Amino acid sequence: MILAWLLIILVVAGALAAFTARWGALAPRIISLSAIALDFVLTLAIWIGAGTGPHAGQWLREFDVSWVPAFGIHFHLALDGLSLLLLLLTLVLGMAAVLASWRDIQTSVGFFHLNLCWILAGIAGVFLAMDLFLFYFAWELMLVPMFFLIAIWGHERRQYAAVKFFLFTQLSGLLMLIAILALYLAHHAATGVYTFEYSALLATPLRPGVAMAIMLGFFAAFAVKLPMFPFHTWLPDAHTEAPTAGSVILAGLMLKTGAYGLLRFVLPLFPGAARAFAPWALVLAAIGILYGGLLAYAQTDIKRLVAYTSVSHMGFVLLGVFAAALAVPGSGAAHWALEGVVLEMLCHGFATGALFVIAGFLQERLHTREMGRMNGLWEVMPRLGGAGLFFALAAVGLPGLGNFVAEFLILLAGFQVNVGVTVAAAIGILVSTFYGVEMVQRAFHGPNRHGWQVADLRWREALVLAPMMVALLWLGLYPRPVIRTAAASLQAIEQRTGGTQ
Amino acid sequence: MMPAPLPWTALAPLIVLAGSAVVVMAVIAFHRGHRLTLALTLIGLGATLALLPAAARAPRAATSLLTVDGFALFFIGLAAAAALVVALLGYDYLSRQEVRREEFYILLLVATLGAATLAAASHLVSFFLGLEILSVSLYGLNAYLHRQALPLEAGIKYLVLAASSAAFLLFGMALLYAATGTMSFAGLAGALPAAPTSLVLPGAMLVLVGVGFKLGLVPFHLWTPDVYQGAPAPVAAFIATASKAGVFAVLLRFFYLAGGSHSQRAMLAITVLAIASMVGGNLLALRQRNLKRLLAYSSIAHMGYLLVALEAASASRAMAAAAVGFYFLAYFITTLAAFGVISLLSNGAGEPADVEDYRGLYWRRPWLALVLTAMLLSLAGIPLTAGFLAKFYVVAAGAAATLWLLLLVLVVTSVIGLFYYLRVVAAVFAAPGAAPALALTRPLAWSGGCVLGVLLAALIWIGVYPQPFLHLVLSLPLR
Repeated sequence: MILAWLLIILVVAGALAAFTARWGALAPRIISLSAIALDFVLTLAIWIGAGTGPHAGQWLREFDVSWVPAFGIHFHLALDGLSLLLLLLTLVLGMAAVLASWRDIQTSVGFFHLNLCWILAGIAGVFLAMDLFLFYFAWELMLVPMFFLIAIWGHERRQYAAVKFFLFTQLSGLLMLIAILALYLAHHAATGVYTFEYSALLATPLRPGVAMAIMLGFFAAFAVKLPMFPFHTWLPDAHTEAPTAGSVILAGLMLKTGAYGLLRFVLPLFPGAARAFAPWALVLAAIGILYGGLLAYAQTDIKRLVAYTSVSHMGFVLLGVFAAALAVPGSGAAHWALEGVVLEMLCHGFATGALFVIAGFLQERLHTREMGRMNGLWEVMPRLGGAGLFFALAAVGLPGLGNFVAEFLILLAGFQVNVGVTVAAAIGILVSTFYGVEMVQRAFHGPNRHGWQVADLRWREALVLAPMMVALLWLGLYPRPVIRTAAASLQAIEQRTGGTQ
Repeated sequence: MMPAPLPWTALAPLIVLAGSAVVVMAVIAFHRGHRLTLALTLIGLGATLALLPAAARAPRAATSLLTVDGFALFFIGLAAAAALVVALLGYDYLSRQEVRREEFYILLLVATLGAATLAAASHLVSFFLGLEILSVSLYGLNAYLHRQALPLEAGIKYLVLAASSAAFLLFGMALLYAATGTMSFAGLAGALPAAPTSLVLPGAMLVLVGVGFKLGLVPFHLWTPDVYQGAPAPVAAFIATASKAGVFAVLLRFFYLAGGSHSQRAMLAITVLAIASMVGGNLLALRQRNLKRLLAYSSIAHMGYLLVALEAASASRAMAAAAVGFYFLAYFITTLAAFGVISLLSNGAGEPADVEDYRGLYWRRPWLALVLTAMLLSLAGIPLTAGFLAKFYVVAAGAAATLWLLLLVLVVTSVIGLFYYLRVVAAVFAAPGAAPALALTRPLAWSGGCVLGVLLAALIWIGVYPQPFLHLVLSLPLR
């Protein structure tokens, strides 16, 4: 029941925020912040209550009621270690998004927070849904508020970016819907039962050709969200034009739903098809890593730069997922790859989310995102500059910060599966130092040629960034509790992928 | 042979509809009162709706012309409910027009009777009779504001095209009768396989042409945008919903009872029409700057989606009929409310037609903007709205019948569709322009506001908890 409450709290808080907007802009902000914080505390309590050791049973918490019996649809939510970690990420970044838009958003504050809370509810629903219809429902649900977030509160080319974002994700989502239905009908043909239940569908016998077709339907949706190389073009536009809160949620959370889908659905449901498709995915992942990194280096708009780094980093996630699919059972490669993927998801969420927050702070002060117009900001705002350097180094993969551990594990696993692709990906890390250092250099270092006189980091703004710094340091220095939390879920995935030798 | 006694309970909804049209006409002859006429109309429609459960328990084959089964009653209910909404919207709309207002309601009741007859028709005679009752009253409704150019044009265009399509239909029926010697759908089913193809094929195709005109399927769609644009918004809402649903219901019954789902040729024809309508409707809507024309093209595309469900009958007739019923339920709510917003925003000078007129509507009329947005998202098939589950049901029915080509077209074209719906939504939420084209100072009419509120609530209820409605459409026996 607690899982349903997590969603209900967010949905109700969104509606309350919209209604209370008539009494001023403060009420919606406080309502949504406290709702997200409440959810965070509840999730944290589950985590602490569960301990970090291995636990009996697959789910930590579960909630299951019949929703649409006519179709065999259940409102089935379940939480395991993997969902728990992503839920925590969602709520931390959700709070950061509210705090980061405290001064940024001044028009229609109520409707803004309605959208914000409902996006978070949709994302949390994606991470919790164990009924494929419910999963698709939540998957689609997060799009509409995000569309509004970009289209109403975005920057100059917001309408274009919002529509492009929506069309890309919607087309791929509909392909996934057809794949879900095909799986549903195949399950019925095999067993005579109509159900969208995840655990039931896991056991569906599929011919290899059918499994490949259905897998590609799922993969399309997740590859666009991730985004994978040829389908990434919506991302720079959407991330750049979105308001700060929107960019944080897009980069930090929405991309993770694609990665989560690969882990939760593509690998366990279609291990054979995933294995057959893996070489293609590995090549596309390596291209994405290099291409994203090179394009990031070429950007002059700071938000666009950060956006392209996401393409590069999510390439590592794709690499890890399909390295796990290809890994020889028992070699440990699958294990490392999956751990690396989970860490990369979390670290990328914190680091990129924080970079977008910093870009937002800069734009709020300077009214520009062009790095050519910044220069020498360290002189006037050393604290913000220091924060920028920290998160840029995290994105680069400095040892001691989480991204390093994640990318190291993924490369370690990748090397055992495909040396060529892994070498290319390792070059991608080199490229990342170029764009990371270049960004700090252009924005913060050098003389203050434009004579900026602006305020440094305020306490509220520091409050947004500090938890993310702590999280990245923690994940970089002592990732063990986090890995142990996810261990059971990852082991289940590994068993499924290794089981069809 | 003794004529069987009339099954009064089964026919009661139709009789009450016809009777209320007569009563309204008689009352107008003695006393003209807009509010009184509205009240009588609402009572008549309400009584029709109230009689439906009783009729559902009554004998099914009511006379040799009509079959009053659950399926027919569902569509009669939809048509009557749509007429109820249109009457309330029309009351507000007409009270701002310089015309005689009362006859609108007679025409509306008669048109509803036509749609109801179509829904129950199981014989070529009642098929044609229902269609003509519907069409003739729509001629009048389209051109109701006869002092304005656009409605008049819409009326004449509809008159010419509907009359010619009726001629096609009639000729097709004549050929079928010549080939088989029977006019009842069930009789046709028995006689058609043995009948000469040279008569049956042209006959069936001409019937399909006639129906295609009424549904506005590509390539028979040319009247649709002009009529939607010209007709008063409440009338356009009625044409888009009750009129099309009636024709679709009779098509479904004709198709199933006369054995169309076993005929390769008929399936091929429907496939071609479905693909042409989905592609054509959605592509043509892309370039529209006029919201009513955009909705017209969108309705063409939606008829294409419905044909996918119709074809899914090859796998499961019950599932296909249920998918069609559920789709129409969602489509009725959505279309009525979308035209309702247009209707409520119009004044004596005209209707806000251009998408530009809606720019920044959210900042001036947040509630109307939210209703319009919800409806457009439902048309696009976004979750939390009834349109999502309706489209889901159609896709599920299509997947069960392994219509992969049609489903692929459906998916790709509905993304194209999303593009133009989003354009309107984006305009609604954009920063307001310098000066709104239409003065929006008038307070919202109570009747229209309540209607939109109820429709929005229904849209979300069905979108979140569809079980009762699914149960209803699944329990529709089609005979």
